[in-house]
Amino acid sequence: MASMPDVDLWGVPLAMLGGAIRVSTPFLFVSLGECLTERAGRVNLGLEGTLVLGAMTGYGAAYETGSAWLGVGAAALAGTLFGAVHGVVCRLPRVNDIATGIALMLLGIGLAFFFGKPYIQPVAPDLPAIPFGWWSESPQVRTALNVNVLFLAGCALAVALAWMFRATRIGLTIRVVGDSSDAARAMGVRTHTVRLLATAAGGALAGVGGAYLSLYYPGSWNEGISSGQGLMAVALVIFARWNPVRCLGAALLFGGAGALGPALQSVGITQGYHLFYAAPYVLTLGLLVATSSPTRALAGAPGELSISR
Amino acid sequence: MTGFAAAAGALSVEAVGVSMRFGDVVALDDVSVRVEAGTMHALLGENGAGKSTFVKCLMGFHRMTAGQIVVGSREVDVRDPRAAHAHGLGMVYQHFTLVPSLSGAENMVISRERVPTVIDWQAERAALARFVDTMPFTAPLDVPVQRLAAGERQKLEILKQLYLGRRFLILDEPTSVLTPGEADELLGTLRDLTRSGRLTVLMITHKLREVSAFAHVVSVLRQGRHVGTGRVADLDHGSMAAMMIGEKTVRAGTERGNAVGSVGLRVQDLRTPDRTGRKEIVIDSLSVRSGEIVGIAGISGNGQTELMEVLTGQRRPQSGGIRIDGRSYVPSRAAVHATGVRCLPEEPLRNACASRMSLAENLAFRTFDRTVDGRRRFWLDRPALRSRARDLAARFRIHAASVEHPMASLSGGNVQRAVLARELTGTIRVLIVANPCFGLDFAAVAEVRSRILTVRNSGAAVLLISEDLDEILELADRILVMSEGRIVHETARACADAAVIGRHMAGRP
Ligand SMILES: Nc1ncnc2c1ncn2[C@@H]1O[C@H](COP(=O)(O)OP(=O)(O)OP(=O)(O)O)[C@@H](O)[C@H]1O
Ligand SMILES: [Mg+2]
Repeated sequence: MASMPDVDLWGVPLAMLGGAIRVSTPFLFVSLGECLTERAGRVNLGLEGTLVLGAMTGYGAAYETGSAWLGVGAAALAGTLFGAVHGVVCRLPRVNDIATGIALMLLGIGLAFFFGKPYIQPVAPDLPAIPFGWWSESPQVRTALNVNVLFLAGCALAVALAWMFRATRIGLTIRVVGDSSDAARAMGVRTHTVRLLATAAGGALAGVGGAYLSLYYPGSWNEGISSGQGLMAVALVIFARWNPVRCLGAALLFGGAGALGPALQSVGITQGYHLFYAAPYVLTLGLLVATSSPTRALAGAPGELSISR
Repeated sequence: MTGFAAAAGALSVEAVGVSMRFGDVVALDDVSVRVEAGTMHALLGENGAGKSTFVKCLMGFHRMTAGQIVVGSREVDVRDPRAAHAHGLGMVYQHFTLVPSLSGAENMVISRERVPTVIDWQAERAALARFVDTMPFTAPLDVPVQRLAAGERQKLEILKQLYLGRRFLILDEPTSVLTPGEADELLGTLRDLTRSGRLTVLMITHKLREVSAFAHVVSVLRQGRHVGTGRVADLDHGSMAAMMIGEKTVRAGTERGNAVGSVGLRVQDLRTPDRTGRKEIVIDSLSVRSGEIVGIAGISGNGQTELMEVLTGQRRPQSGGIRIDGRSYVPSRAAVHATGVRCLPEEPLRNACASRMSLAENLAFRTFDRTVDGRRRFWLDRPALRSRARDLAARFRIHAASVEHPMASLSGGNVQRAVLARELTGTIRVLIVANPCFGLDFAAVAEVRSRILTVRNSGAAVLLISEDLDEILELADRILVMSEGRIVHETARACADAAVIGRHMAGRP
């Protein structure tokens, strides 16, 4: 349309880029946490609960102490505890990690709603962002390039995890435990301990993802804060073939899809943009169908995972 | 410490009064064996005699119910494998060994006693290459282990133990997956190491030839008891065999009838990529007539696994296909039932069993949904399933605590027998077997071979894929050689020459 101002044409991709970065951060943290857990041979479906619990704890702690970073720390701690509970319960004989995960997901959400009631009204401090768009006049560019510190930390973490799996003792030990507990036992590795620690660490990451939700974007605590990011992150890990760096790419992709609806809305398209809010879910389904095959097992799946056994 | 060079000399190990119980199963009963430093000690026994259990107790993999372990002159407590490693003991297990998704190099480095927190792969690779250069054989180090063939994995496993600088090395049937030439080379190297006083070897084997050629001392277990130890020089095969089986008799061989019929199994224009995806398996034409055994000889990793996977339906070929009795055949449960194709793949615990289901259930995989007269059924008949399993276990001499025990608790040889029992009952038109005698004791080997001949004589087409050339020469009517994914040589039984076949196997016609 000739009457449309020039910047609006750029608006959609720009808003999507900014949106992708903003929306992908919780995906990134949860999927890295799940990746770590699954590499050790265990599935934690409870990370959705951990995410919500982390959001609540982070918000509450930030409000009480006045420091957003203390909020992030508290969320990580809550995530660690929750992950450790999952780890301990799964050690018991005849316990299935998928069932336990679902139970803990519900428990986490319930706990967060219960203890989070008093924090719905108050305003807690926000996490800082770095304005990479300072050079530009355009407000759209400035918003898009306003990148939160946690996103950068997540990128660094993805690379660090990939390096850890390849070139450190801890990383190789986790892979051994995740791939063959018999071989690990023959090697003298204590599989239960390694899994417990990996599950706890994975929980901590999911907790941080939750803190991002409540302390930066959307930036407040309410009961509808998560829209299933914790569950989608599990699918995302499979799509990323248990590779942390690919988790980063996949999180950006999901984030971009999630930003599509708001981006269209922001440039003034008012009809049918609701449909685009469903984009991440459609993408999840589409990717899982496209990347699975009836003839071969999932490449790269850790051998001890209960979904691949 | 980077292994080998740091080894401080051979260890002696003594087990005193070792007993092991699994629930109410007595697997070992008061076993006392002393392995002198710097010797190669063979451990013999029938399938299920308790050999693997015994060495797993030495390694702390099982906590023995009673008994002591003395290493050198000190009594030690081997709580777990890590403790055993700290005392210089190492083992190559029969079933599970390397971590499948890790490469050879990663497997070796992570198994080391002290792994640096951050691994400098460049330096490690160089060190590994130097180490492998001093070894008489090698194995691919940069490929994930799951893509290696069984023989390559076994070599890698032994390389790993030597790399870790073990002073007392236990090998559970190390040569079952090697060619005779490779086995001789490997055992020769190990014996030289024991002679030079650097290593003690305790080796479980079913091959009496290897015992007399390489071992210094032999101990025999029978039904969980130690029945004797002696110098190999003083014993012949007959007396070793008698110690192993006691009063039982070995089944006599079966005569071969000769009534060759029409083509039962035909493989045509088959093309499929190999496990690594880099090479291709190409079989233009392969046919097996009924009443005939066609043997495919070859060194492991030359496409036999892939061919077997296509035949069992585990792998879909890129092109080409299988015909049974002239009709196109796509392996499925219904097609298997209609045509009477039976298979014994290699590594049966992984490829032909559900290891956590019971022996009875595993034995019923072909028949659980049919009534006796072949009609489909909806409800399982559990009592019938159990009694049939007991019957099969008795006929095929499967030793298990009960038919309700999970498949994974059976000894290696008994897993093999169980799958054979399942596959060799019923009407068989085509029988496809890979390494059928892998891990069987000599009595069982005679029995299985005679059963295969019986199947052949009853008019089935038998395809025998085996890495054991002696087995092929004994059983096959026609011999093919597979090398680099192709059939490179064919000869009839009457004019088979082991030397010529061996050259084709090695790819030097
Ligand atoms: N985990 C287990 N639970 C129950 N029974 C077991 C277990 N492991 C072994 N057994 C039983 O102990 C006995 C000895 O088994 P073992 O594996 O030591 O035999 P083996 O001498 O190594 O035989 P093979 O030559 O067939 O490998 C068998 O009867 C087996 O069923
Ligand atoms: Mg054994």
